[in-house]
Amino acid sequence: MATAHAHDDHHDHAPGFVSRWLFSTNHKDIGTLYIIFALFAGIVGIGISLLMRIELQQPGLQIFADGQSWNAMVSAHGLIMVFFVIMPALIGGFGNWFVPIMIGAPDMAFPRLNNISFWLLAPAFLLLGGSMFVGQGAGAGWTIYPPLSDAQYQPGMSMDMALFALHLAGASSILGAANFITTILNMRAPGMTLHKMPLFVWSMLVTAFLLLLAVPVLGGAITMLITDRNFGTAFFRPEGGGDPVLFQHLFWFFGHPEVYIMILPAFGIVSHVVSTFSKKPVFGYLGMAYAMVAIGVVGFVVWAHHMYQSGMDVDTRAYFMAATMVIAVPTGIKIFSWIATMWGGSMRYDTPMLFAIGFIFLFTVGGVTGVVLANASITQILHNTYYVVAHFHYVLSLGAVFGIYCGIYYWIGKMSGRQYPETLGKIHFWLTFIGVNLTFFPMHFLGNQGMPRRYPDYADAHAGWNMVASIGAYISIASFVFFFIVMWVTFRRGAVAAANPWGEGATTLEWQVPSPPAFHTFEELPRIR
Amino acid sequence: MSMRLVRNGLGALAALAMTWAVTGAALASETTTLGVPVPWAMGLQASGGPIKTAIHDFNAMVFWIIVAITIFVGALLAWVMFRYSAKRNPVASQTSHHTGLEIAWTVIPVLILIVIAIPSFRLIYYQDRTQEADMTINVQGRQWYWNYAYPDHGGFNFDSRPIPTEDLQPGQLRNLAVDEPLVVPAGRNIRVISTGVDVIHSFFVPSLGVQRYSIPGRSIETWFRADSPGSYFGQCNQICGTNHWFMPIEVRAIPAAEFDAWVASARTRFAATMPASAAPVVAAAADAPISVAAIAAPLAR
Repeated sequence: MATAHAHDDHHDHAPGFVSRWLFSTNHKDIGTLYIIFALFAGIVGIGISLLMRIELQQPGLQIFADGQSWNAMVSAHGLIMVFFVIMPALIGGFGNWFVPIMIGAPDMAFPRLNNISFWLLAPAFLLLGGSMFVGQGAGAGWTIYPPLSDAQYQPGMSMDMALFALHLAGASSILGAANFITTILNMRAPGMTLHKMPLFVWSMLVTAFLLLLAVPVLGGAITMLITDRNFGTAFFRPEGGGDPVLFQHLFWFFGHPEVYIMILPAFGIVSHVVSTFSKKPVFGYLGMAYAMVAIGVVGFVVWAHHMYQSGMDVDTRAYFMAATMVIAVPTGIKIFSWIATMWGGSMRYDTPMLFAIGFIFLFTVGGVTGVVLANASITQILHNTYYVVAHFHYVLSLGAVFGIYCGIYYWIGKMSGRQYPETLGKIHFWLTFIGVNLTFFPMHFLGNQGMPRRYPDYADAHAGWNMVASIGAYISIASFVFFFIVMWVTFRRGAVAAANPWGEGATTLEWQVPSPPAFHTFEELPRIR
Repeated sequence: MSMRLVRNGLGALAALAMTWAVTGAALASETTTLGVPVPWAMGLQASGGPIKTAIHDFNAMVFWIIVAITIFVGALLAWVMFRYSAKRNPVASQTSHHTGLEIAWTVIPVLILIVIAIPSFRLIYYQDRTQEADMTINVQGRQWYWNYAYPDHGGFNFDSRPIPTEDLQPGQLRNLAVDEPLVVPAGRNIRVISTGVDVIHSFFVPSLGVQRYSIPGRSIETWFRADSPGSYFGQCNQICGTNHWFMPIEVRAIPAAEFDAWVASARTRFAATMPASAAPVVAAAADAPISVAAIAAPLAR
C-alpha cells in the first residue's frame, strides 16, 4: 500500500514519508495503517493459537510449562483478536477508508483525531505483548474476572500492563466512535438522506453508537480493577465490602455490545457484496438498516446471559433468556433478506461473493448455537465448555473474519489500484473454509461431552476430536499464510484495477472514483439524486 | 497410489483404532459410559439424574429446530446459487420488496422462539433449587482442589484432591480421579450450596446437569440427584489459576443404607474438622425430606 502514489495535481507539495504516514490526517492512509496493523496483529494472534492447538493436539502437557503460561497465552489470544485484529480491520480499516467516500465527504469530521485513534493502538499492543514477557503473564482470560485478576492472584506488572493496554485501545475506540458519528450525521453530501445511505455506513453508525456507550463502561470496570490491585480499594473484594460479581456485570455490559461491534461492520460489507454480485439492490433496505439498529439496542440489555452461573436470581435469568432470544429475530431478518437479494439475481461467484455466501451460511450455524446457549437451562451444562468456544468462533472466525476477507477482496483493487488474482483468491477461500470448519465444528462435540475451556490438558476421552481440531487449525494457518501470498501477487503482478471492476451491481460512490482514489477525494461535493 | 502409502495409511488407521479401543476398554472397566466423557462421542454426556434428563429432552427439541433452520437456510442458498447464477439468469430482477415475505420471516421466528421459550422457562425454575431436599452439601472451590462439607451430618468437611498422573491406579481416569470423592446417597435430592474462599471456581458435573460458580462472598444454592449408584465426574469450569485444568470433581453415589455407614466412618476420619457441638445426623435411609425446623434447631443452641 505504501507504493500507491498520491496524485496531488492540485497541490505543489506531496507529503513526505513521516508527514504522510506518522502525522496523517487522511482517512484513506489511516485506513491503510489500520489494515496493515490488523494483519500484523493477526500474525501474532494466530501464532498463539497455533501454539495452543499444538498443545491440545494430544493429551498431556507437551509444550507449555504450566497452567499459568497457558492461561497467559489464552488470554492474550483473545484480547489480541478482539481489540487488535477484528476491530482495527473492520472499523479502523474499512470504516475509515469507505465511510467518507460512500457519503461523498472529503474526509472524516476530525482528521487529526482519526490519527490519534490509530496511533494509540501502537503502545496498547506493545503493552499487551510486553505483559506476556514480564513476570507470569496476565492469566485471567480475556474476561479478567476478579478475584483471579486481583493483585493477590496475578501479582506483578503483567495484569496492570494488560489493563493499561485496554485503556489505550478503549480510548482509541471512543475517539473513533465520536469521529464516525459526527462524520455520518453531519457530512453526508447534499441529497443523501439517512435512508439513502449505503448499508455499510448504517452498520458503522450503529457500531459507533455501541462503542460510544459500551467502551466507557469497560474503562470504568478496569479502572476499578487497577485501583483494587494497586491503591487499596475494594470494589470487587468481599472482605472489603465489594463483590466480584459487580465486575462481571460491568464487564459484560460492555462485552455483549462488543460482540455486536465486531459483527455489524461485517454485516454491512456482506450487504454490499451480495448486492454487487447479484446485480440487485439489497432486499428490504429499511428492514436491513433497522434490523441493525434493533440488534444494537437490544444488545445492550442482554449482558447477563454470560453470567447464568454466577448466582443471579432465577427470575433475573428468565428475563435475560427472553431478551437474548429476541435478538435472533432481527438477525434472521438479515439472513433472509440477503437470500432474497440473491433470489432473482444474476450471480457471479468471484472471491468476495464466495466469502459473503460462506459468511451467510456459517453465521447462521454460529447464530443457532447462540439460540441454544441463550437458554440458561441448557447453558447450565454448556457454559464455559468448548460448545461456547465453538459458538463464538463460528460467529467470529467464520463470521467477522470472513467479513474482513470479503472486504479485502472486494475493495483491494480500489484501495491499491491492483486487482487480486481470481484463481488464487478462490483457492484461499476454499482452504480457509475447510480449515476453519474442521477446526471449530468438532468443538461442539467436545463441549457436549463436558470439556471445559481454557484447559491445556483434558480427560483422555476428548483426544479424538481435539486431534481433528488441531489438524483443522494447521490447515487454517496454512490458508492464512496463503493469503499473504495472494496479497504479494496482487501487489507485484496484479492487473491494474479499473474504477469499477465489478460492473453494474456496484452502485455505491466508491466505484465512481479512480482506483486508487486521489489523495483528496470529493474536493467538489457530489450531488445525490 | 504406492503400496507404501497404503500400508502407512492402514497402519495409521490401525493405530488410531487401537488407541480408541484401549481408551474405550479403560473406560469400560470403570463405569461403562455414564458419568464420564466418551471418546469420539458427539452428543451430551449420558444422564445420571432428573435434571440432566430434563435438559436432554429440552435440548433434543431445540437441537432439531436448529438443525431444521440450518438445513433450510443452506438449501435456500444452494438453490439460489444454482438457479440464479449469471449463466442461468442473465438478467437480474430488481425486486427489492415484498411485504408479505418480510412479515413472514419476522413472525415465524418469533413463534419458533416462543415454542422454545416456554419449556425453557419451566426448566430453569425446576433446575434452580428443590423444595424437597434430603440433605445439603457445602461446596467450596479452592486453588486447586475442592472442599466438601456435610452440615446435616455433623459438619465434617474434607478436601478432594486430584490424583497425580504418576499415582493413578489401573481403572482410574487421568485428570478426573480424586482421592476423596463427594459421597452422596443415590436417589436422594442433594441441595448444593457453593461458596468461594480465594478466586471464582465452577462446580460442574455434566452427567448430573449441575453447574454453579463458587464465588467468595456469595452463597449460591442449587441441587441435583444421582438416580443410580456410580461415579459422576466433572471438572472446575471457571478459570482459576495455574491448575484450573487439574481440579476435578467426582460425585460418588452409593445406596442410601451404605451412605449412613459411610457417614459414620467419615465422622471418625474427619473428626478434627467437626465443630464442637455437632448437629443431629439426618439418616439418609429415611424418606422424609428435611424440614426447616430440623435445620434451624442446632443453630438455635
